[in-house]
Amino acid sequence: MSRAETTCPPAARPLWTFGLLRSELVTTLRRWRTLVLLAVLAAVPVLIGIAVRVETGGGGDPDRGGGGPAFIAQVTNNGLFLVFTALAATLPFFLPMAVGVIAGDAVAGEAGAGTLRYLLVAPAGRTRLLLTKYATVLAFCLLATLVVTVSALAVGALLFPLGEVTTISGTRIGFGDGLLRALLIALAVAASLTGVAALGLFVSTLTHSGIAAMATTVGLLITVQILDQIPQLHAIQPYLFSHYWLSFADLLRDPVLWDDLRRNLVLQGVYAAVFGTAAWARFTAKDITA
Amino acid sequence: MEPASVTGEGAAPVIATRGLTKRYRGGQLAVDGLDLTVPAGSVFGFLGPNGSGKTTTIRMLMGLIEPTSGTAHVLGRPIPGATRAVLPEVGALIEGPALYGFLSGRDNLLRYDSADPAADPRTRRARTAAALERVGLAAAGGKKARAYSLGMKQRLGLAAALLRPRRLLVLDEPTNGLDPQGMREIRGLIRELAADGTTVFLSSHLLDEIEQVCTHAAVMTRGRLVTQGAVADLAAGARGRLAVTTPDPADAARVLKEQGVTGLTVAGETVTGEPPDRDLAEVNAALVAAGVRVRGFTLERASLEDAFVALTGEGFDVAG
Repeated sequence: MSRAETTCPPAARPLWTFGLLRSELVTTLRRWRTLVLLAVLAAVPVLIGIAVRVETGGGGDPDRGGGGPAFIAQVTNNGLFLVFTALAATLPFFLPMAVGVIAGDAVAGEAGAGTLRYLLVAPAGRTRLLLTKYATVLAFCLLATLVVTVSALAVGALLFPLGEVTTISGTRIGFGDGLLRALLIALAVAASLTGVAALGLFVSTLTHSGIAAMATTVGLLITVQILDQIPQLHAIQPYLFSHYWLSFADLLRDPVLWDDLRRNLVLQGVYAAVFGTAAWARFTAKDITA
Repeated sequence: MEPASVTGEGAAPVIATRGLTKRYRGGQLAVDGLDLTVPAGSVFGFLGPNGSGKTTTIRMLMGLIEPTSGTAHVLGRPIPGATRAVLPEVGALIEGPALYGFLSGRDNLLRYDSADPAADPRTRRARTAAALERVGLAAAGGKKARAYSLGMKQRLGLAAALLRPRRLLVLDEPTNGLDPQGMREIRGLIRELAADGTTVFLSSHLLDEIEQVCTHAAVMTRGRLVTQGAVADLAAGARGRLAVTTPDPADAARVLKEQGVTGLTVAGETVTGEPPDRDLAEVNAALVAAGVRVRGFTLERASLEDAFVALTGEGFDVAG
């Protein structure tokens, strides 16, 4: 190492964030916890697929959809519907819980392990570190959704026939178009998780215990889901982050109904802005004593 | 920037604090009006019992904790204002190492290095290997950090501080958890780094460790700085004791008293006391002239520990 290198001012390199972001992504993906969460998410479509297959194979009535997601009845006709079914099944709880665990642990876990102080004296920079953490949690939202999607697609193709898709509006669209809509739905589901991600990150800046932050985030998630079910609270329900989550089904209408999808995106953006700012305000002013 | 004259050594101090104070939210005063000056090129021992405010001070110097009042300058720049510019030139080991147990030792270093925006990613692998080599972990670099012993973790923490050439090393209890051989190696490493011109700020509660490697020292108790300066001056501040070994302790005590020796204590065949301000050869001659049979006549040199006890009036391991 040359002496000149050490004395030159530590100018920020053009790619100054990407080194840390890459390290953060790799570190997150190498945790057992992350891999277990992804494995559980991948298993959900497998279980649903096998259940539907066994049920119909045993002479059950495939049209007996009941109160569950409307897509499940269609799975036997078209494996692609397993994607919609799996996303509808995991979005209310499994997916946001996984995101809550990763987001809650993001800062608090590092604080608890003491590694946070070494990242900060490196110096990672508090704003830079927080942005990196949020970017990583967002990447996990997308990855988790894609894991469910791909697993469902694989299981669906394996166990059921593929073909033209009957939309909720009753029209039929080609398989390619259906596949495109499945991808759009996956993106809409991933975007639905950005609010929880910001909330979890904020909670994570409040404590030194990763477990406490994860539990709080998941607890808030359950509370919000319950509040969203109580009819007397309809006045506040449009402001709950989970209220428009199932709007992704509107992508399967012909033509697509954008209203609730747009409301969902705006709501997630508001949550991300509010809790992202709160997390930043908290994290940049915090005494790091752990 | 502080004027160069503060150190009296021609160079600007590497660390300079003025009235640095930290009061935690509970109202506890952890650091109280600290005026610390660490000269460039020194190996600076930062002493104090557990709970005396050393770690809080170090955290303030590293921008982890915001001072309640007062200022801190590191490498001539204000902290926490200029942490982004200052900290790439500072290597730190704070309150023991902290590692990702599921990553190998090498991957831990790669992660810390990528957190530093001023570190060159092209030389990252080479610098990581060199740092592992330097602390004697080259062979264990591929092992998961959770399988490391406490001493190995401590070494890996040191390696993280040495990932790049630094102008200042802040080492909080660096020999914690090491066996005597490891301690000796770390002390050798510190001397080597200091010889290269790196200023080393070393906190410890082990007096002999400070005495062996440090050129300067400061002593803290209960959040306050009791003294600071060159180690030789600090030890000189506490006077040594005269010890006479003789089969005639009663006669010896009488003669020594006549010769101006104060604070005499007699224990068996040994008489000790504060030496007078005169040539000790005369004192010895007087003893012999009075017929006292002298077996031993020594001046016990004051240690830093004596200085510490004299300054704080308490044993060293008493928590403040």
